[in-house]
Amino acid sequence: MSAHDTTEPTRRDFLYIATGMAGVVGAGAFAWPFIDQMRPDASTLAVSSIEVDVAAVQPGMSLTVKWRGKPIFIRNRTPKEVEEAKAVELSQLKDPVARNANLPTDAQATDADRTASKEKENWLVMVGVCTHLGCIPLGQQGDFGGWFCPCHGSHYDTAGRIRKGPAPENLAIPPLSFISDTVIKIG
Amino acid sequence: MSGGHSSYTPNTGIEKWIDARLPLPRLVYDSFVAYPVPRNLNYAYAFGGILAIMLVSQILTGVVLAMHYAADTGLAFNSVEKIMRDVNSGWLLRYLHANGASMFFLAVYVHIFRGLYYGSYKAPRELLWILGVIILLLMMATAFMGYVLPWGQMSFWGATVITGFFTAFPIIGDPIQQLLLGGFAVDNPTLNRFFSLHYLLPFMIAGVVVLHVWALHVTGQTNPTGIEVKSKTDTVAFTPYATVKDAFGLCLFFILFAYFVFYLPNFMGHPDNYIPADSLKTPAHIVPEWYFLPFYAMLRAITFNIGPINSKLGGVLTMFGSIAVLFIVPWLDTSKVRSAVYRPWYKLFFWLFVANAIMLGWLGSRPAEGLYVIFSQLGTAYYFGFFVVLMPLLGLIETPRRLPNSITEAVLAKNKSGGQPVGIAAAPETKG
Repeated sequence: MSAHDTTEPTRRDFLYIATGMAGVVGAGAFAWPFIDQMRPDASTLAVSSIEVDVAAVQPGMSLTVKWRGKPIFIRNRTPKEVEEAKAVELSQLKDPVARNANLPTDAQATDADRTASKEKENWLVMVGVCTHLGCIPLGQQGDFGGWFCPCHGSHYDTAGRIRKGPAPENLAIPPLSFISDTVIKIG
Repeated sequence: MSGGHSSYTPNTGIEKWIDARLPLPRLVYDSFVAYPVPRNLNYAYAFGGILAIMLVSQILTGVVLAMHYAADTGLAFNSVEKIMRDVNSGWLLRYLHANGASMFFLAVYVHIFRGLYYGSYKAPRELLWILGVIILLLMMATAFMGYVLPWGQMSFWGATVITGFFTAFPIIGDPIQQLLLGGFAVDNPTLNRFFSLHYLLPFMIAGVVVLHVWALHVTGQTNPTGIEVKSKTDTVAFTPYATVKDAFGLCLFFILFAYFVFYLPNFMGHPDNYIPADSLKTPAHIVPEWYFLPFYAMLRAITFNIGPINSKLGGVLTMFGSIAVLFIVPWLDTSKVRSAVYRPWYKLFFWLFVANAIMLGWLGSRPAEGLYVIFSQLGTAYYFGFFVVLMPLLGLIETPRRLPNSITEAVLAKNKSGGQPVGIAAAPETKG
């Protein structure tokens, strides 16, 4: 505001700055709904929890259900698959963290911490989305007998842990609980 | 746009009336009729005009297709098939639009290589170049979102993989992806917003094109010698000389375009996109459209962790970096000589760069395994090495060939070989 050639800020300077700041706040408040509308809407969030009856799934069988637009792999693992997964040392894993939404974030990727619960170690429930770029891995394939992603060649073992390929993390375990002996609640 | 020295003279009363109120005819006359262009422009310089026509063509066919298309996951695939089978001339409009995207990218890549070869990005044309890179980015976003609209398998999984890039960023990655998708996976909200943005972005491109042409008309065009225009004998009028040359180039380009539209309409596409999108089944081999393949190859080339950056984030940063590096090209090139015609080493490495880009494109279409990965890594290293090592270094160590004194001299020397150089007494060329 050099029009008046004063070094002291004037009341007019204060008014200009205050008006400018009010404009910035107003523009920000106006912009917010434009960003806010992009977030998942109420109907998307409403289906964020499902219940699945797994009574018919025998050992060696898998079931794929859809949760939040993504496939969920529910596998009743064979004893052989469980043994293979248990025999793996943590040091052999590319990602040593459990990635289990039901456990603390620093839980280790042991087989016990990957399964649905301690008493039901044969049940493995995972988000069937490759942690690399979101493709859907194929079951019971790949070098480790678990899952194999055909897009960019990631191999997961029988506990859904990344063992080889570009994926950075183990397949995610969604929030889940057995609400009865044969019904799993996901989400 | 050519600043200050308008040669437009309104003759009739109505021309004078308009000129005194809104001198739009004057602007057009000065920009596209009387505008002086270097007399030695070759056909590589026709692609700017070709690109402008392609943008108009894409907008026209796109606006019409939008009248028949339904942006809903339950309707989208069938509405596209309806365009192909039921809508009158719908098959032609859709093939023009789909192949037009490929032709648009073909032309823009030639246009960019032309700029790199003749040093068009060098001072004082840095902003002109940067506006061009912004147009390229907008084109990529538009093309990607357009490919999602038919809601085939490649549409769906391409969208999944590409929005998955953002999950590579720690902490903010997943929220950003959800914000882009409007959900936890690609679904109806995603399709709707992509359709809206696919309609919007071409008009934003048109806006940036106006700035691009404005910047071009302030600095004037470069030319194959890289020497600035010095006198009237160095230039010819835009119309008829450049207009007719561009029009002839456009005709040849349209013959190629028409060949694809009428004889190979699905050559550039992928058969999997004629399978409706299935969110529970991934195609065996996801590949993007051909014009993204070099960047896709660079994404997949990073299979190793770099310090704290894991391989996934590394790949994504490399891919974004391959475009970002273009923004600083004007400052990476240290050479005082503009055109590769007078730079023997740069010319060699430039053609290697072109070959490397084509090789990366081919590698991007291959599965990510074995030797393909190793060659992708070598290709990625050369891509970045060309910009950040060779460009700064060559300018310092390369001995350029002697530059002619002027465009006129270069043209005349070419036409009567062995003749006396014109303007031999002129001051030595100040390079660049």
